Amino acid sequence: MDASVDRIARPWGSRTPYRRHEKWPERVDTCLADGVDAGGVQRWVQAASILHSDGDAMDIAVADGRMVGVRGRAQDRVNRGRLEPKDLFAWQANASPDRLTRPLVRENGHLVESDWPTAMDRIVARSRELLAERGPGSIGFYTSGQLFLEEYYTLAVLARAGIGTNHLDGNTRLCTSTAAEALKESFGSDGQPGTYDDIDHADVIALFGHNLAETQPVQWMRILDRLEGADPPRLLCVDPRPTPVARRATVHLAPRLGTNVALLNALLHEIIRTDRVDHDYVAAHTVGYEELASRVKDRTPEWAAAICDVPAARIAEAAELLGSADRLLSTVLQGVYQSHQATAAAVQVNNIHLIRGMLGRPGAGVLQMNGQPTAQNTRECGADGDLPGFRNWQNDAHVAELADVWNVDPKTIPHYAPPTHAMQMFRYAEQGSLRMLWITATNPAVSLPELSRIRSILAQERLFVVVQDLFLTETAQLADVVLPAATWGEKTGTFTNADRTVHLSDRAVEPPGEARPDLDIFLDYAARMDFRDKDGGPLVTWHDPESAFEAWKRCSAGRPCDYTGLTHARLRGGTGIQWPCNDENPQGTPRLYTDGITWAHPDVCESYGKDLVTGAADDVVEYRSLNPDGKAVIRAAAYLPPHEQPDDDYPFQLTTGRTLYHFHTRTKTARAAQLNAAAPDVWVEASASDATALGLEEGDLVDVTTPRGAVRGRLRVTDIRPGLLFIPFHYGYWDTKAGHAPDGETAGRAANETTITDWDPVSKQPLFKTAAAALHRVERGDGHPAPAPTTTASAPSRADALPGTTGGSLALVREEAAE
Amino acid sequence: MNGIALTLRALHHGEQRLADELTAVAERHRTEHEVHHVATDLAQWSRDHVQRLADTGRDHGLHLDAASGTGTPGLLSTLREKAAEAVGRRPEPGLLLLRDLRELHLDATENSLYWEMLAQAAQATRDDKLLALASGCHPQTLRQLRWTNTMIKNLSPQALTSL
Repeated sequence: MDASVDRIARPWGSRTPYRRHEKWPERVDTCLADGVDAGGVQRWVQAASILHSDGDAMDIAVADGRMVGVRGRAQDRVNRGRLEPKDLFAWQANASPDRLTRPLVRENGHLVESDWPTAMDRIVARSRELLAERGPGSIGFYTSGQLFLEEYYTLAVLARAGIGTNHLDGNTRLCTSTAAEALKESFGSDGQPGTYDDIDHADVIALFGHNLAETQPVQWMRILDRLEGADPPRLLCVDPRPTPVARRATVHLAPRLGTNVALLNALLHEIIRTDRVDHDYVAAHTVGYEELASRVKDRTPEWAAAICDVPAARIAEAAELLGSADRLLSTVLQGVYQSHQATAAAVQVNNIHLIRGMLGRPGAGVLQMNGQPTAQNTRECGADGDLPGFRNWQNDAHVAELADVWNVDPKTIPHYAPPTHAMQMFRYAEQGSLRMLWITATNPAVSLPELSRIRSILAQERLFVVVQDLFLTETAQLADVVLPAATWGEKTGTFTNADRTVHLSDRAVEPPGEARPDLDIFLDYAARMDFRDKDGGPLVTWHDPESAFEAWKRCSAGRPCDYTGLTHARLRGGTGIQWPCNDENPQGTPRLYTDGITWAHPDVCESYGKDLVTGAADDVVEYRSLNPDGKAVIRAAAYLPPHEQPDDDYPFQLTTGRTLYHFHTRTKTARAAQLNAAAPDVWVEASASDATALGLEEGDLVDVTTPRGAVRGRLRVTDIRPGLLFIPFHYGYWDTKAGHAPDGETAGRAANETTITDWDPVSKQPLFKTAAAALHRVERGDGHPAPAPTTTASAPSRADALPGTTGGSLALVREEAAE
Repeated sequence: MNGIALTLRALHHGEQRLADELTAVAERHRTEHEVHHVATDLAQWSRDHVQRLADTGRDHGLHLDAASGTGTPGLLSTLREKAAEAVGRRPEPGLLLLRDLRELHLDATENSLYWEMLAQAAQATRDDKLLALASGCHPQTLRQLRWTNTMIKNLSPQALTSL
């Protein structure tokens, strides 16, 4: 097969069907700039995608020192040559004329161009002043899910041991902290149990709040290929939107927002009632089963049906699918993680697998997914509210070990309380106790909840804000110092995807102007601050990506995320490799927990567990008595009603989410013509029945209002759950006249104008998917449809009513597959 | 009135008081979002306890009120929330929050000890119904205690070193 496919119109491309237990066939996708053919490419430079968490391996085409295209890497285990639309087109944003090329500093209220010594001097001067006057608790770092491992590790060392602050977290708090927390609660430590290869072997695949088709489109291609092949899997989809996954599912449940725990308790009830329990597995590898069984005893499908507004018969069918699976793969994402009772719900999915003994075998696994490309590394490196190497802040031996690796006194590393999470850091900034916030590669002025509050915090005179980014984002516009950063393709480093696959991404071209790799910026700061270890030597002893990687390996040694068997050289040329990779597992490790639970013992675990309702932390004594032998912990949770419920003034439920064609706040994807045209502006989704009741039609301009604020967009009428509204979260103000916030002329465009400040007390992940809202028409449409794709979960309810989303000749991609 | 009835009455009073205090703290610290939401949820646990104590109290010749204050905001609530927003930009309310969490912890401790006493008396009198009540409710009181303790542990470093 050799085809040229419009990959905006057909995001998942052509099918390469395969049979269960067979290897997924290769298909190599190539996109070259207009006018460039393969002969014109001078070099192919190895990389992997940083536009989602899938870790699609690719090569960057280079000609005359410029990027001219990308090609999937056929030899890589993750994608076997395939790329998704963002991988195929977003590289063009690197060459955008909007790139920041010089540092900016604020003078008389305005950001003006400056130079590196001036900008760094200001940061260092403020850091020293604050350390002297107010102590390390006055300085915080808010990082990203898009830097490289080497950068996070360096940041973690300089923040935790250099500054000595407890305030370091990533925007991964918004996407992946519940995944990490759910794994800690069930298995004692973070670490993805399953592998993408489980898709090849499963006979039932259950996707909980996970629109895989749009969040990790390449793995959806894999499922589509299995659905077209012999012995296809059956799918269970839990999602209130009519996603591509829902359309292919054997059973689709569309529950009321915020009721996941009720639904999952009913599913557990049915599995236990019908005795689909693997009692041998439960006895050998778990504690807590009896408690779970008694807590869900009365949680019947009928009970849940009333709460979730899903027919009891459908819940029973879903339980039958889960209970009858021979090899069950479950995946979980934001529909659970960003919703009410996030961790409690994610843990119940783990419980399904624990009581069914569905772990550690081909096709039997759990994937607690990540949203962002390098989220896994913020978790491992301790830049995401954890200590590096999945060490336990409550375990003095772990802290001593870390202090030994860094050659510092253990007291230097704050461990009197859990590392501060992002929402709390913003609260400290609001209170005025945090006076400097260094933001790297993220855009909280669009991505955090309740934006009017976030903007007012960032705009405070007393808060010194440093922003390190590629573009003058909404957040950068509020900064005191802006540092121009190099990005993917302009710097070298490694990162790890959602199934623990470590990839190398090499420098292909020079960064624009004076932009510098984030690692170089951190190293420069550490040198200027003159951070020292306890013997007076430099705290940060490395000087480039490779030496940083070697330093990280020493920190990871003997922990679950053991990288000691990897080197940059080994990752160059072949496929990505799954950690742990060490002497015992020289080829890497496809699945964790193949022979019991390995990281839950009180002496080695990352966490002693938390109360799933209150978030209260258990201590070592409680954990040791609960789980002396280090088994998996089955933790039951009772359903609690959501904190914000619809009422007369705000009769709808409101959720936010992503679309396939954009990433995060569109800073890159809006600067790729094909992606931008596929979803150029914000829209609002409502169901056909709600639209009819309110007299609304496709394309009408509407306001969605909550007690926090309002968003204005065109209406798309879809098969979404009645009573529910959806707004994509990608849109902000940098490409409007307003600049960074709505004003008299520019209405609210960022979904987070409306969202509530509330977070899961266990994982501290903000709840973007549980709010109440009102919907009003502003003006009738002019006959044009909403600027929403038709190819995705945003498809119109009447498929024939609107022209389909296409990309035209600019979106043609070459697909080559073996016959 | 015997000792069990006295204890039931004291605990009924204690749980009602804790429910009211949790609600008041939730309102007073409207800008401390986690405290606000979790305290509101935990107030419901205490209201449930009040209800169950009132039900059981009838067997012991007591006429205890059902739970009051269902969380519907009144004038006082609105005032507390507005006051919270007005001082939300200052660090001093951090100290007030620590004081409030400490009070909640002590109130919950008192309730916990009453539950302990009731459970002991229930066993001594082989009163299965009373034992079921105590063993159903006491774990939630202990969770309220752990929550206040965790919040104090997490919040005090910043609150006490930043003034």
